[in-house]
Amino acid sequence: MVSADRRTLHGMTAELMIEAEGLVKSFGRTRALQGVDLAVPRGTVLGVLGPNGAGKTTAVRILSTLLTPDAGTARINGLDVVRQAERVRQSIGLTGQYASVDEDLTGQQNLELFGTLLELGRVGARRRAVELLDWFDLTDAAHRPAKTYSGGMRRRLDLAASLVGSPDVIFLDEPTTGLDPAKREDMWDVVRSLVANGATVLLTTQYLEEADALADAITVIDHGRVIAHDTPDGLKRVVGGQTLEVRPADPAHLAPTAAILSRVGSGAPADEVRKGVLAVPVTDDSALTESVARLATAGIAVTELSLHLPSLDEVFFTLTGRTAADDDTTTRTEAAA
Amino acid sequence: MSTLTGTPPRTGPTLSTVVANPRPLRLVRHSLALAKRSLIKTWRTPEALIDVTLQPALFLVIFVYVFGGAVAGSTHDYLQYLLPGILAQTIATGCIAIGVNLNTDIAKGIFDRFRSLPVPRSAPLLGAVLGDVVRYVIVTVSTLAIGYLLGFRIEAGPLRALAGCLLAVLFALCLSWLPVYVGMKVRTPGAVQGVMFALIMPLSFASNVFVTAGTLPGWMQAVVTVNPLTHLVTAMRGLFLGTPVGDHVWWTLLWCAGFVVVFMPLALRAYRRRV
Repeated sequence: MVSADRRTLHGMTAELMIEAEGLVKSFGRTRALQGVDLAVPRGTVLGVLGPNGAGKTTAVRILSTLLTPDAGTARINGLDVVRQAERVRQSIGLTGQYASVDEDLTGQQNLELFGTLLELGRVGARRRAVELLDWFDLTDAAHRPAKTYSGGMRRRLDLAASLVGSPDVIFLDEPTTGLDPAKREDMWDVVRSLVANGATVLLTTQYLEEADALADAITVIDHGRVIAHDTPDGLKRVVGGQTLEVRPADPAHLAPTAAILSRVGSGAPADEVRKGVLAVPVTDDSALTESVARLATAGIAVTELSLHLPSLDEVFFTLTGRTAADDDTTTRTEAAA
Repeated sequence: MSTLTGTPPRTGPTLSTVVANPRPLRLVRHSLALAKRSLIKTWRTPEALIDVTLQPALFLVIFVYVFGGAVAGSTHDYLQYLLPGILAQTIATGCIAIGVNLNTDIAKGIFDRFRSLPVPRSAPLLGAVLGDVVRYVIVTVSTLAIGYLLGFRIEAGPLRALAGCLLAVLFALCLSWLPVYVGMKVRTPGAVQGVMFALIMPLSFASNVFVTAGTLPGWMQAVVTVNPLTHLVTAMRGLFLGTPVGDHVWWTLLWCAGFVVVFMPLALRAYRRRV
């Protein structure tokens, strides 16, 4: 009924499913958001990257109608999150540390409850629950209380719970924090298939790697402000892209290895970052195969060889000139000095 | 895990059709769905019923056999007098649990899920209160059963006795809004317990639960006379024992209405404001 705004984004017309302008929110004297703008075109994933306390969760809570902003506006599919909250709730799914399931209920009972609340009817709710449990590989655990689930199963059930109403817009607040790498990959696959089926996703994360793997665009926030917005590639160009790390089997080979790495790297000479480990910034994945080939030719055996994206700390250091977590400490140190 | 890469199931009505026909009586249906959740939780954690089953048993045994002779001349007479009182006291202390539980629930985040769904704002609280009906029925039945083992006998007709039980359950449901309100306002479950105990303790002792008001000083008699528990207990005694109930049933119902009218809106407002 309400037509969503049409804007030109990256040179093409895109319908914004999520848009926020100038969101401000304070809790007492804590200014959680100080004017945040977000925009997510239909069918895309926005990664909101930031450290603990940056305001990511506050932004998600406002967009999902759990909080009202002190100032600014937000619209989901063209509907205002404050004035049309009830209708917004009909088109969103929310998964986060807070929007969870009932631990005493079984997986099936949880999903049926949400189905009933979403007006699927008794039979519809049951069918939807069975379907989602099957899709999330939880059929065997369907009739066990959620509190008996493992961490990974719990996350899948949380996510299933937010999909009961087949929402068009899905908020995932740090969906993989605390999951081991294999479980994280599973989560990523789920997000990818949701998007492939037309969902629009806003995902908050503390990992550039996660945002890079899933997002079409990344918004970096810090202290309640947007400090960068770009595509993953654009952001990686700014923050220095990837690092190749190599540990020669024989420490005596450190010098020749460093020489090889400096040649495949993007310019800077290789550095010994930890004892026995050399690192060099690289521009693309081909550096990996190239260095493997060159090391093999030189007859140098390695015990460790890996490609890393910058950590959140490194991203923040590049963007703001300071580390993400420690500005309180810095202030205190400065005050003491 | 290969299933996860497939197409997400997308059957059932899409959300836009839900928007188009909100079915009638949404509040009732949602509250009942959420009451069912409370029931499942009660069923799953029967140890949570200990407070409302063991406590009346202990109180009955201790009071009847320690004070019975001194207070009423015989333990049987005192049991007949005390049982409706103990039932009322158990109900009053038993409803503290709903405040504690809701306070815990809200901290866990399931309520945020409810709030992100198109569910009437009051449904989660209404559902929790309705779901507790079962608890109060269990309280009533178990207290009567223990009384029966000790020698308590209903002396009125079955319909009158049933009316007494229903009055007790109704009173519990209405009084529940007080702990629900406290549960919304106070920060921790422990604090809910503390505040409620401070309110319920004087209410249950400054009443005719244990003794008749006759021997009390004038000011205390005045307190006992207006105490809602006194009205409930006197009404139940009349309904169980066949003695006249006077206007105590009406006074009890009036208090019930008062609890709902005052504390339900307060609780709902506090719930909406709680972040």
